Amino acid sequence: MAQTGAAKRFDWPLLVWRAAAWALGGVPLLLLGWHVLHAQLGPNPVEFLEHDAGDWSLRLLLATLAMTPLRRLTGRPEPLRVRRLLGLWAFFWVCLHFAIYLTFDLEWSPSALAADVVKRTYITIGFAAWLALVPLAITSTQGWQRRLKRRWATLHKLVYAAAVLGVLHYIWLVKADLREPLLYAGILAVLLGMRIPWRGILRGRPLPRRTT
Amino acid sequence: MLIRILPPHALRESEITPQPLYLNRRQVLAGMGADVAALSLPLSACAKADAPTDLAPLKIAAEHEQAGGETVTPFSTVSTYNNYYEFGTSKSDPAENAHTLQTRPWTVEVDGECEAPARVDIDSILARRLEQRVYRHRCVEAWSIVVPWDGFALGDFLKQFKPTSKAKYVAFQTLYDPKQMPETRHGILDWPYVEGLRIDEAMHPLAFLSVGMYGKVLPNQDGAPLRLTIPWKYGFKSIKSIVRIRFTEQRPPTTWNKMASNEYGFYANVNPHVDHPRWSQARERRLGELFKRDTLMFNGYPEVASLYSGLNLRMNY
Repeated sequence: MAQTGAAKRFDWPLLVWRAAAWALGGVPLLLLGWHVLHAQLGPNPVEFLEHDAGDWSLRLLLATLAMTPLRRLTGRPEPLRVRRLLGLWAFFWVCLHFAIYLTFDLEWSPSALAADVVKRTYITIGFAAWLALVPLAITSTQGWQRRLKRRWATLHKLVYAAAVLGVLHYIWLVKADLREPLLYAGILAVLLGMRIPWRGILRGRPLPRRTT
Repeated sequence: MLIRILPPHALRESEITPQPLYLNRRQVLAGMGADVAALSLPLSACAKADAPTDLAPLKIAAEHEQAGGETVTPFSTVSTYNNYYEFGTSKSDPAENAHTLQTRPWTVEVDGECEAPARVDIDSILARRLEQRVYRHRCVEAWSIVVPWDGFALGDFLKQFKPTSKAKYVAFQTLYDPKQMPETRHGILDWPYVEGLRIDEAMHPLAFLSVGMYGKVLPNQDGAPLRLTIPWKYGFKSIKSIVRIRFTEQRPPTTWNKMASNEYGFYANVNPHVDHPRWSQARERRLGELFKRDTLMFNGYPEVASLYSGLNLRMNY
């Protein structure tokens, strides 16, 4: 693979990774649209939409968080280059999830939203997760990245908070069967754990400074 | 001739919204906007009137509409969306997995504080005079349905065992057989599923034992062959596939209360003013409707209120 100078015409690996990221975010949306058009949302369509959007929010957030460890494991540059795309898809699904709740559960009543956010811990947590993602989506452009310089990386550490809050939001609303939310929690724990410089800690070295 | 001079604030008879219109105000409003109508298109498509197919029909002696004229939920909804954790924890699991339940032979053991304990065969129960009652059913998870149940008054059934004066409560137990209910192997709840009522609640004319719905025997997933139907309480009180009924002096343990006593009380009366610690109980989603509607006190059965006079319903949720 000669990727030097003018010979670099088409970055096939990156194209494949990009296509996979678009598929991961977009195919579930197409499927959901198909279900809506064919009235296959089951006896409780609102719950179906809400849960589907919520599930894909978490899955895409976890996929986004998997890119940094994947970069290290594979040594390839592509994971970091599709990270923003996955993050924006995650934000899209969180917004869809939130919009469905606002429309069908609250009928866009600001007072109802305020009451829920104040009184219902799982809503508070979910709302906080969405809130944490808003500045990340806004500052996801290269322009903002340049403008914020070092602070950009610091700001984007909020994604860890959003993911933890998102998983907690799920755990909190389940009645008795915690298997599925705990699966998400387990994957998140692994992904976050892979960011900790265990070797250094075990050898008693001070923590190195990291940007991502 | 009596001439009534109305005070200026009085409402004329003609100004009062008819109750059916009031109760259906959401649908009426929804019908006014074409865009909203388009939104509800997928719903109307799945809400086609349907009837159970391969279930044995029951002979119904009398029919009572006791849901304020509200639209009956389609059988296909009631039989594919419910909780029966012995067959899985998602709403579609019971319909998919409950075929492993064997409803014959089936006996119900009735004992405890009574003079005539007995083991009753399910076929003798099915031979009773059956009536159909259309009741609202409100799940603690804030969804609801309207179902025509077939069965008989619980009180009439219980009296034949001659409960003694020591019978202050009635305890119910669901079948527990991991062979028939493989999902129980995952733990999750403390099996067997148990429920209970105060004896005066059990004797209330609204308390019902169902052997069928929509004129046919109960599908397995809805609690065949015998289930409780207590319309003014959250759905989890209406225990399914009953194998044992016991009159007790002490308040019996109940499954969800054991699981999380701060969230699920013994009474579990439908009450829009007392929220679940994690979610509001003020409103509910009627399956088949997109938007939520207000939850009614005692699920719209105010005739049970006298059972609880003097009881703090906030403490005794």
